[in-house]
Amino acid sequence: MSRQPYVRPVSKTTWYMRNGRYRKYMLREVTCLLVGVYCFLTIWALAALAAGADTWNGFLASQQNTVMVVFHAFALVYFLIYQAFDWFKLAPKAMPVQLGEKKLPDRYIIIAHYVAWAFVSLFVFWLTGVI
Amino acid sequence: MAIAKKAFVWGLFAAGGTVTAFVFPVLIALFLIVALGIVPEGLRFENIYAFATNWVGKTALFIVISLSLWHAAHRLRVVFHDFGVRMDNAVANAVYLVALIGTVLTAFYLYKI
Repeated sequence: MSRQPYVRPVSKTTWYMRNGRYRKYMLREVTCLLVGVYCFLTIWALAALAAGADTWNGFLASQQNTVMVVFHAFALVYFLIYQAFDWFKLAPKAMPVQLGEKKLPDRYIIIAHYVAWAFVSLFVFWLTGVI
Repeated sequence: MAIAKKAFVWGLFAAGGTVTAFVFPVLIALFLIVALGIVPEGLRFENIYAFATNWVGKTALFIVISLSLWHAAHRLRVVFHDFGVRMDNAVANAVYLVALIGTVLTAFYLYKI
């Protein structure tokens, strides 16, 4: 009486293509590559800043081309959809707020995140003189 | 020990994820504005230098960059697993090493400014 459990074959490399939710998960997870790119781009900027005015202006000039415009525009839209907005949506699951017997409704936590995000963004734009 | 280590790594991941969600859209937008050929007032050398010389500016830059690096490193470790790479120890050492190098470089350049 040997038992032969059926093991459904699942590809280790393409499993997320079977289901929309898995695909969305993978689209979110790969945002870490964008985070890495922008971290090291910012570190490069800091290195240029530490080296003096000429190097800093050279760095700014090196960033001003069509390829970078296309890359940043794509990165901005992708990052907003798959990391920023997703993170705000998950926030009430990760940090539920308990009020006595009840829980604060999810939408208040999500709205608070959007308000804080708008505030942070406007503050940075104000700080850098964009607005 | 294993649990303590996991909590530490996951704590950095969560903190970094929150930082990236709040700060990276505006950071990418700034790079986009510069790429379009416009240099905002605050990114001219004197102004950005003054910001990065100030300890508040230094602290803000260090926290944002280092937490984001550790967030990305931890997520990349999981991404490797999801794409079928099963050498978790080697992957973990590699991605956390890159995050560590980035953190040290950030501290070094901020110290030099």
